[in-house]
Amino acid sequence: MTTSGQLLAAATDTGTGEAVTFWLLGPIAVLAALGVLFSKKAVHSALLLAATMLCLAVLYLAQDAPFLGVVQVVVYTGAVMMLFLFVLMLVGVDSADSLVETLRGQRIAALVAAVGFGGLLVSGLGDAVVTNKGLKQANADGNVVGLADLIFSRYVFAFEVTSALLITAAMGAMVLAHRERHEEKVTQRDLSIQRFRGGQHPAPLPGPGVYARHNAVDTPALLPDGSPAEVSLSRVLIALRVPGAITPPTGEVVRTEDDGA
Amino acid sequence: MNPMNYVYLSALLFSIGASGVLLRRNAIVVFMCIELMLNATNLAFVTFARMQGNLDGQVIAFFVMVVAAAEVVVGLAIIVTIFRTRRSASVDGANLLKY
Repeated sequence: MTTSGQLLAAATDTGTGEAVTFWLLGPIAVLAALGVLFSKKAVHSALLLAATMLCLAVLYLAQDAPFLGVVQVVVYTGAVMMLFLFVLMLVGVDSADSLVETLRGQRIAALVAAVGFGGLLVSGLGDAVVTNKGLKQANADGNVVGLADLIFSRYVFAFEVTSALLITAAMGAMVLAHRERHEEKVTQRDLSIQRFRGGQHPAPLPGPGVYARHNAVDTPALLPDGSPAEVSLSRVLIALRVPGAITPPTGEVVRTEDDGA
Repeated sequence: MNPMNYVYLSALLFSIGASGVLLRRNAIVVFMCIELMLNATNLAFVTFARMQGNLDGQVIAFFVMVVAAAEVVVGLAIIVTIFRTRRSASVDGANLLKY
């Protein structure tokens, strides 16, 4: 029994260096994934997801898949995640997730389902027959050459279908993002009439304050009576809860500073 | 170390992604969790390729990446369109297909 166990261990052993890489990056990937799940702001989720993907890229490299490791960095963390960030900026970084449960007990049910699913998956894996043949033979001419051999011979039909899929996706994105103009184009004249009719600020909004102590965009300008002018701050900074934007410097402090100078 | 550890990691990441899809309500975060699930399956494919000693698993992971890129483009365009009409990226808002 022990000999067969030792034989199995020898056949499936991957070496110390790879084990160190795995036990270093695996927990980081799991923690970052949990961060994606639990962080309140979507931007944090996006960055943590990028961290998970980078960890996975290194794990691909460790498993004799250099082509996929590089593609993972270029396509996933480079293109896909940046696309996510673009859309986040478009939709607005201050769009908060509502924490009100619309279905009662949905959160508990979802957690139970996820844990149960994970448990089933892992317990099923326990019975798997493990071999570790390694890719020495398959990668004899290099990983990229080996992959190209397969893609352009056995999988060439799937490859061609993929090109059709990509063209369709590009067309679909263009159709979805295109906006039909239903009303007349608003001219500059219309806009200025609208601004003066509206009765709010016809002139540009005041800029943020610049003082001897604070030279920052998150410091509100002061009105003649010393109170901070809320309109001088960017809406995004208030939404992001930049400290200076929450507690603007009071007029009195600035006045004493001016007296001292 | 047993290479099955990679598959366990992949199962863990997949479950986290699945619970994210069930729990979160911001459409973009739901979409990111779907990406996490796709990445987890890719890790499993790469590990199986290594365990079986041929490159088919890596080819399939490559195709998954291509399909995921196409899916992200269309999905994000849909989210932007929904946001434009409803002023919100919450999945609760869009319960009618047309409006």
